[in-house]
Amino acid sequence: MSEGTLPLFEVFVRAKRGLSHVHVGSVHAPDATMAVRNARDLYTRRQEGVSIWVVAASDIVASSPDEKDSFFDPAGDKIYRHPTFYDVPEDVEYL
Amino acid sequence: MTGTAYSAYVLGLADDALIYSHRLGEWLTWAPQLEEDMALANVSLDLIGQARALLTHVGSLDGTGRSEDDLAYLRDERDFRNVHLVEQRRGDFAQEMARMLWFSAYQKALYAALAGSADEQLRAIAAKAHKEVRYHHDHAAQWVVRLGDGTQESHAKMQAALTWVAPYVDELFDDSAPGVAEALAAGVGVLPSSLRAAVSADVEAVVAEATLTMPAVPKWRARGGRDGVHSEPMGYLLAEMQHLPRSVPGARW
Repeated sequence: MSEGTLPLFEVFVRAKRGLSHVHVGSVHAPDATMAVRNARDLYTRRQEGVSIWVVAASDIVASSPDEKDSFFDPAGDKIYRHPTFYDVPEDVEYL
Repeated sequence: MTGTAYSAYVLGLADDALIYSHRLGEWLTWAPQLEEDMALANVSLDLIGQARALLTHVGSLDGTGRSEDDLAYLRDERDFRNVHLVEQRRGDFAQEMARMLWFSAYQKALYAALAGSADEQLRAIAAKAHKEVRYHHDHAAQWVVRLGDGTQESHAKMQAALTWVAPYVDELFDDSAPGVAEALAAGVGVLPSSLRAAVSADVEAVVAEATLTMPAVPKWRARGGRDGVHSEPMGYLLAEMQHLPRSVPGARW
């Protein structure tokens, strides 16, 4: 059996409580239940996580590299979107 | 102290884990998928961890002071106390899952029961190992269900695998094994036959979910492993497992 015949799942692992799940890689598996188990064996061998999410790679809708120009470049010159134009009062220590 | 008397019982548990660990290690690069290579290697590593702790304990119990390595590498075939089930050659993947299903169900019941052992060391090893073997059982069950309830071919192979493994099951529940009576008298061990009902129910539930049927009662049964009488594959396994430490005594990484 070649791995190519099994669907691909993307794996997200939460390192500890309070952090969000972070994409760590992908696994092949016959279904989602087995994918969680395969992910456990591949990505949490060294106590990297306390929770695992998997999602079928085919279910992910992603932006296309071809759309990079129209998607991301327009934000480049809009410096006013960064909150850097406020004067911080001296007495406010943590902001 | 009846230490020496029941060490044979603990040795049986240790050798089961050690030899099955070796067999599972043989799957590396041969599993149906890369992910399964990792899964089987993980199970194998869990088992060798159990074997190491148990063998070390045996070395202190039997008064010989042998280390885990002495016991694993410097004993001959007749001194190994594992059941025939774990020494059988690597078959197809369905056979491995059938073997793992029975063995992990057995270990799960065993380690749960050993939580009440009078031997503190054994109790601690069992508590840690129980979590591990619960996962092994889950892994085997997941695959048995998928293969049984999969395609026509996978169903047939999984059914054949259950038939293949059946003659090796009884030996796990043999009360006449060396050290069992002593272990029971000392409040240390578990009567093997007392685990049978729970283990069988465990396996039968998975088999039913997998749309498979339990095989007929086998016409022959493996026996003798706990007394050191093994089947043909055992010698080959030991030759491979023990070759290095025997050829180069004291070899270090």
